[in-house]
Amino acid sequence: MDVIIENLPQYWDGFLRTLFLSLISGIIALVFGTILAAARVSPVAALRGFSMTYVEIVRNTPLTIAFFFAAVVLPRLGVTFQQFEVAAIIALSAYTSAFIAEAVRSGVNSVPVGQAEAARSIGMQFTQVLSLIILPQALRTVIPPLINILIALVKNSSVAGAFYVLELFGQGKQLANANGDAVMWVLVGIAFFYLLITIPLGYLASVVERKVAIAR
Amino acid sequence: MMAFLTRRKSLLVAASAALALSLSACGGSSSTTTNPPVAEKPSFPADSTMAKLASAGKITIGTKFDQPLFGQKGLDGKPVGFDVEIGKLMAAKLGIPADKIEWVETVSANREQFLKQGKVDMIVATYTINDKRKAEVDFAGPYYEAGQALMVNKDNNSITKPEDVKGKNVCSVTGSTPASTIVEKYGAVLVPAATYSACLEPLRNHQVEAVTTDNVILAGFVSKEPDAFKLASDQTFTKEPYGIGLKKDDTAFRTWVNDQLEASDKDGSYKKAWEDTAGTVIKTTPALPTIDRY
Repeated sequence: MDVIIENLPQYWDGFLRTLFLSLISGIIALVFGTILAAARVSPVAALRGFSMTYVEIVRNTPLTIAFFFAAVVLPRLGVTFQQFEVAAIIALSAYTSAFIAEAVRSGVNSVPVGQAEAARSIGMQFTQVLSLIILPQALRTVIPPLINILIALVKNSSVAGAFYVLELFGQGKQLANANGDAVMWVLVGIAFFYLLITIPLGYLASVVERKVAIAR
Repeated sequence: MMAFLTRRKSLLVAASAALALSLSACGGSSSTTTNPPVAEKPSFPADSTMAKLASAGKITIGTKFDQPLFGQKGLDGKPVGFDVEIGKLMAAKLGIPADKIEWVETVSANREQFLKQGKVDMIVATYTINDKRKAEVDFAGPYYEAGQALMVNKDNNSITKPEDVKGKNVCSVTGSTPASTIVEKYGAVLVPAATYSACLEPLRNHQVEAVTTDNVILAGFVSKEPDAFKLASDQTFTKEPYGIGLKKDDTAFRTWVNDQLEASDKDGSYKKAWEDTAGTVIKTTPALPTIDRY
């Protein structure tokens, strides 16, 4: 137990970095994922094709590969960065947006097609139909799955620990080695700090759901 | 044995053997080691750990599976390296042949637990002796003394001593002792990697200024790519005595292992173990450090 209190600064440092990675990647993934979903239902065949290909490839390959590309292959191609957090954010948001796109798409599909037809019949463009009629309803119905994806994102960020970023899990490995006499408590501490992010996130989900969700 | 295999199987075996060979060649480790002579019916005091292991005829040894030159598992499933040879030496003195050793992967985070839970009988895994660990497990040895060093790009002359990396990106393995030393003592910015080989790419791309760990491991990388990398200096700035981890408070076993280490130094098997493995890269054979019989 003491080991957690003694090393609180390291835990805190890792915690903040995990929070930072999850937050930034989460925002990028939400935006990019929604755009992907919009592309998927758009009238332009090329956009639909791009979105589908992207989602199928990224969703069906391990996150580690995304990390490998961002942290090792990109620098080889000349895209170098001194902060490896950049690579982690690229990998995490690219990976997570594929899942968000699928969740949002399922929400879009749940909006009765009559609504889109009605909007078209009063002269709205596709972008208007989507942003004013479909998405506001679609996003509300998919809040539970979206939060699920974001919780997964927080936990997935631990992969960054293996790719040059000293986040919570990386700190955990560090502490476990330095404190061979209390490995179990070190890991309990790590789990605790993850819960500190994920449990409020789950709680937030139920609050938001109660506020905005609509029953179908 | 090959004769019993079907044609297809033997092809497969040959192919995988070739692969293993080429891989171990680029791993810088040799697979030409011959096993040490096995002691015939050694006698031990009744109820001692040695007697139990000897009568069981098998032993479980923990080592690293990803540490070039010391303990690295090849495609044939057998770990090779200096640590592995030391383990084989100890087993042989117990009358246990190398093929009766069960190798278990031990990583930095689970070594103490594995010893306590009895999952392994001993650990030879570049295991630095320190006081915190001594509170949990016993150490025989040291059987080797490494030291921390820095590896930089060949064209980098600005870093020659550890003080030079203050505020700069330095890559090392998450959780390793060298990683905490370079940060806490010398103020470097740690870029943690999963394995030491994963540090090579960022170094090549100039995303980190240096890679740091024990000199023997770095020497392995330099020997593979002498045109790309070099050691910042031949001097080491820490002492990392590698010990053999044993269950706590089994003093008889610890004394026996210490005796065997000294014996292996005298009969030349220590030297041979080194020359067959790490010695392929680091030409100077180290002398066995003074055994710490605490």
